[in-house]
Amino acid sequence: MSKQLMKGNEALAEAALRAGCRFYSGYPITPQTEILEYLAKRMDEVGGTFVQTESELAGINMLLGAAAAGARALTSSAGPGFSLKQEGISYLVAADLPAVIIDVMRIGTGLGDIAQSQGDYWQLTRGGGHGDYHTIVLAPASVQENCDMMETAFDLAEKYRHPVLVASDAAIGQMVEAVELKEFKEHDINQYDWAIRGCKAGQEPRKIQNIYYTDPEYPEHLRAKYDAITATEQRWESYYAEDADVVLVAYGISSRISKEAVNMARAQGIKLGLIRPITLWPFPVKAFETCKNVKAFMTVEINILGQMVDDVKLAVDCKYPVGFCGTFFGLPEPDVIIEQALAMLEKEGK
Amino acid sequence: MKLKAPETVFSTAGFCPGCGHGLASRLIGEVTEELGIQEKTLAVVDVACCSFDIDYWRYDTIMSAHGRDIPTAVGVKHIRPENPVFAYLGDGAAYSIGMAETIHAALRNDNICVFVVNNSVFGMTGGQMAPTTLPHQKTATSPLGKDPARYGTLNVVDVLGKMDIAYLARGELVGAAGMNNCKKLIRKAFEKQLAGEGFSLVELLSPCPTNLNMPPVKARAHVHNEMTKFFPTGEFIDKGGKV
Amino acid sequence: MVEMICAGFGGQGVLTTGLILAEAGMKLGMNILWYPSYGSEMRGGTANCTIKFSDTEIASPYAKQIDILMAMNAPAIDKFEHSLRPGGLLLVNSSLVHDERTFRDDIKVVKVPMSEIAAQYENPKGANIVMMGALAANSDLFKPDDLERLINEYFEKKGKINPKNALCFRAGVEIH
Repeated sequence: MSKQLMKGNEALAEAALRAGCRFYSGYPITPQTEILEYLAKRMDEVGGTFVQTESELAGINMLLGAAAAGARALTSSAGPGFSLKQEGISYLVAADLPAVIIDVMRIGTGLGDIAQSQGDYWQLTRGGGHGDYHTIVLAPASVQENCDMMETAFDLAEKYRHPVLVASDAAIGQMVEAVELKEFKEHDINQYDWAIRGCKAGQEPRKIQNIYYTDPEYPEHLRAKYDAITATEQRWESYYAEDADVVLVAYGISSRISKEAVNMARAQGIKLGLIRPITLWPFPVKAFETCKNVKAFMTVEINILGQMVDDVKLAVDCKYPVGFCGTFFGLPEPDVIIEQALAMLEKEGK
Repeated sequence: MKLKAPETVFSTAGFCPGCGHGLASRLIGEVTEELGIQEKTLAVVDVACCSFDIDYWRYDTIMSAHGRDIPTAVGVKHIRPENPVFAYLGDGAAYSIGMAETIHAALRNDNICVFVVNNSVFGMTGGQMAPTTLPHQKTATSPLGKDPARYGTLNVVDVLGKMDIAYLARGELVGAAGMNNCKKLIRKAFEKQLAGEGFSLVELLSPCPTNLNMPPVKARAHVHNEMTKFFPTGEFIDKGGKV
Repeated sequence: MVEMICAGFGGQGVLTTGLILAEAGMKLGMNILWYPSYGSEMRGGTANCTIKFSDTEIASPYAKQIDILMAMNAPAIDKFEHSLRPGGLLLVNSSLVHDERTFRDDIKVVKVPMSEIAAQYENPKGANIVMMGALAANSDLFKPDDLERLINEYFEKKGKINPKNALCFRAGVEIH
């Protein structure tokens, strides 16, 4: 198939359709609104359902109904809207339901603003709603990855009967790159027996509810699920990390800038490398085993508090210093990244 | 006349003595059986008192988030338009936390049935004040009686009465006549959905002896004599029919 | 890698010009990236986009330094002239920029009276096509024949075929 230009947000939407998604319910909020606008038109063309709901709450709960009925269902939001989705995400987890929720991250706490950000890392990876859970979180870093990852997102959601979050941001959402789209894939709403469809006389009705009501082994069930995901689903890209003195850790848009910093540094003979988590949860702990020469790690993130630093410290058992190169309204710049990496190296006296 | 319990309802044993939920559950079971749709019907129940029904009905059922029953049911209906879908929830869910969801499903005229059991209090959490609590009624959060100057009393007909929906009606789950009437209203709501006419909301006035602090007989009398003054029974919207 | 910024007033077709060039680059087998002005930059009536063309993977979408600036108005020069690498190309819309304005002396400046030429061919919407012609003539990024064909393909796909576009493009190619 030939390449075509697509905007990041539109690529997420089109790729969802190609992965068999035929239901979307959501509410406008910048910078993810192109997903709604695109699906408002395209969902009709492919015979699916698009509903612009009265709120994010209605959007996520309508999605829950569609998912329970067996559909590949999608919603998306950003910032304050993504917070409103948390109620439903917690319910999806509690009921063992698959669904895909996109967060096109925008800057700030409270209202914030519409600029790109990576400030939702904790909310995405720690279980942003009430209760005791994680969700799988995929973090694409290009428009092509947006296209490739939606099918993975739905597949993982169904494999584990668990919601999958896609962590995008305003920058990847707005950029245009040349992409190759996947072929259309059919999804059968009766593929899984758990999906509600009607109960014949003499059969046990299907129940979509908090499964711990019905399952005395719930804690075991949940732990086994998370153990399996953690063991099987870690995904990452390693870029010159094996021999690097300082390994940058960055995902999404800041990984793109970090890659440029690695290229610039290598051209100057500085041994910089990059680990790019593709799954934010499960965090790709295995990636860190490949860093044979490393003296220090440094996360590059668009947030104030260095939200990923703790995960890196845990991944390396606190055996190496872990720094943080952060920006807020501005964006990380490759030369600043190199400068800070060198400063870390010097501080370690190596 | 041969009396027979509907096969769709296994039990109603978990509801408090004298509660209207058991009656409403049974009526819904009877209607779906009489219409021959019991094997296709899909239910969404609220997490409050309605949630017991997930273990009592032989319907594939979702227990949704509090007050989000209606959008959840709409999601189901979009994916399985051939199946009758209903949401079963209380007045707190439908008119307090889920009011926006109720209004907007009506605005879209989504083709589902909504059955709201109105007992004038939050039952599951122990009898707190609801939008439907009557003026001066004492509840756990209006210990001196609901002050009408601070909190109004919501009649859903005032909100949905002019909307372009298929059906809006109210009955009382009290006495043989009340029960027969409620059954008729429930049946009509399902028929509207089967005919593709859109959104139906049937409110069922229900006694809640536990939280009204009344014995069952007195609670029934309270519904019949006091609640109906604020919540008159009848059919208020009947698209294609006579009101 | 060639890094370019196209900037001007909203309504001048700044973002579309960038997209046309990005698509042309893609069809010629280059890796491309188009990134619009975003966030607070969107306010104030100016628009800009960054376009990158490369034989290798494009990492960052941002460009601190650029090789080509297409400035469709004076604020675009104020904002981005300093970002040009020495030897870079500045294409100026001389229809909107004062004749006496001076520029850095370590860059190549080409003045393009895009509005006048477009008016001359009675194709006011073709002003940015004049600019693209001048781009093809004054850089190695595109051969004029390739770009002319790919611009045509872009508009054909949109169902907006206008023979006057070719005249505007060819007039732009004559500007050095």
